[in-house]
Amino acid sequence: MGTQIVMNIQIKLFASLLDKLPVNADQFPVADGATVADLVTELDIDPKDAKLIFVNGRKGALDSVLAEGDRVGLFPPIGGG
Amino acid sequence: MSDQLIHDIQAASQTLKRPDGDAYRSLAVPEIQKIAAAAGLSGREVEVAALEIGIIPERYTRNMKSLSAAEQVKLLNSTVSIVGLGGLGGTVTEMLARIGIGRLNLIDGDVFEDSNLNRQITSTTAKVGLSKADTARKRVAQINPGLSVTTQQLFLDEQNAAKLIAGSDVVVDCLDSLKSRYFLAVACRNAGAPLVVAAVAGLSGQVTVFFPGDIGFESVYGVPGEMPEKGVETRLGNLAPIVGMIANIECAEAVKILLGRGNPLRNRMLLVDLLESTFETIDLV
Repeated sequence: MGTQIVMNIQIKLFASLLDKLPVNADQFPVADGATVADLVTELDIDPKDAKLIFVNGRKGALDSVLAEGDRVGLFPPIGGG
Repeated sequence: MSDQLIHDIQAASQTLKRPDGDAYRSLAVPEIQKIAAAAGLSGREVEVAALEIGIIPERYTRNMKSLSAAEQVKLLNSTVSIVGLGGLGGTVTEMLARIGIGRLNLIDGDVFEDSNLNRQITSTTAKVGLSKADTARKRVAQINPGLSVTTQQLFLDEQNAAKLIAGSDVVVDCLDSLKSRYFLAVACRNAGAPLVVAAVAGLSGQVTVFFPGDIGFESVYGVPGEMPEKGVETRLGNLAPIVGMIANIECAEAVKILLGRGNPLRNRMLLVDLLESTFETIDLV
């Protein structure tokens, strides 16, 4: 037992993922030690749709561990031309 | 360059003033066509000859001084392959012809459909059912008949990719499938050709640049086995503004690579979201 530490991150979703953007995307609470995969689950996004992941302007991955104030962006696969 | 050619170019040139007041020697479009016909040369070759003796073909005068005459020559002597001639490729062809890329290699096996008309700049109602490659070739000839254009009316696949892009100084990806982009990236890496990559969906788009040996396409889009054939554009479609914008960014990247100028999107990716009006560049490494 114990209080789970919560931190806030910022979320940016692109294209078809925009449907999943929470209203509190600018201050979204996640548990301490949460990963991008945890966030994707929380947002009800199919991990296959989180094709391009970036954290604070750098390419990240589903197993990237989040920190307070991180800015996470998710882009689905796009191929149009 | 023959003395006769130099003489003809000098005789046909005239002194004009730029909007900032600087004077320069100019060669008008009809004069280039006349000299080319008389000398049995292409318009491109006459344009290069003029620039090399400091005479500016008037069609490029507004490229000066953002480009030097030497840089214009470099572009006129460059070969760029444009792979896919739909939304991105139509605009890329148009813009690269206008800036003066001397040799364009246009690749697409497709014909225009009604559903292309919302965004593909070379498509018109009358062109539905006609070849995209042939239409793009004719468009370039209307802009500058002196440019050298090759067309290959084929869809790029694993087997033909290397042959289709052979001899390119830069390749511009304007394809509409993730799988064929992968084959193109492999072919460019093997050929040692820099590749400008872009994709669009809805009102969002991405652009990046791969030099041979750079972080692979796989790191961005995944490995071939896991890669979907198409992305979310199958659901969202593609709106004209993002298509034109991303195509133009691809053109700027291609020119920068050819000239070795500026800061191309190498190991970086530009992400554009016209719905939220955001433009951001992320580091891929």
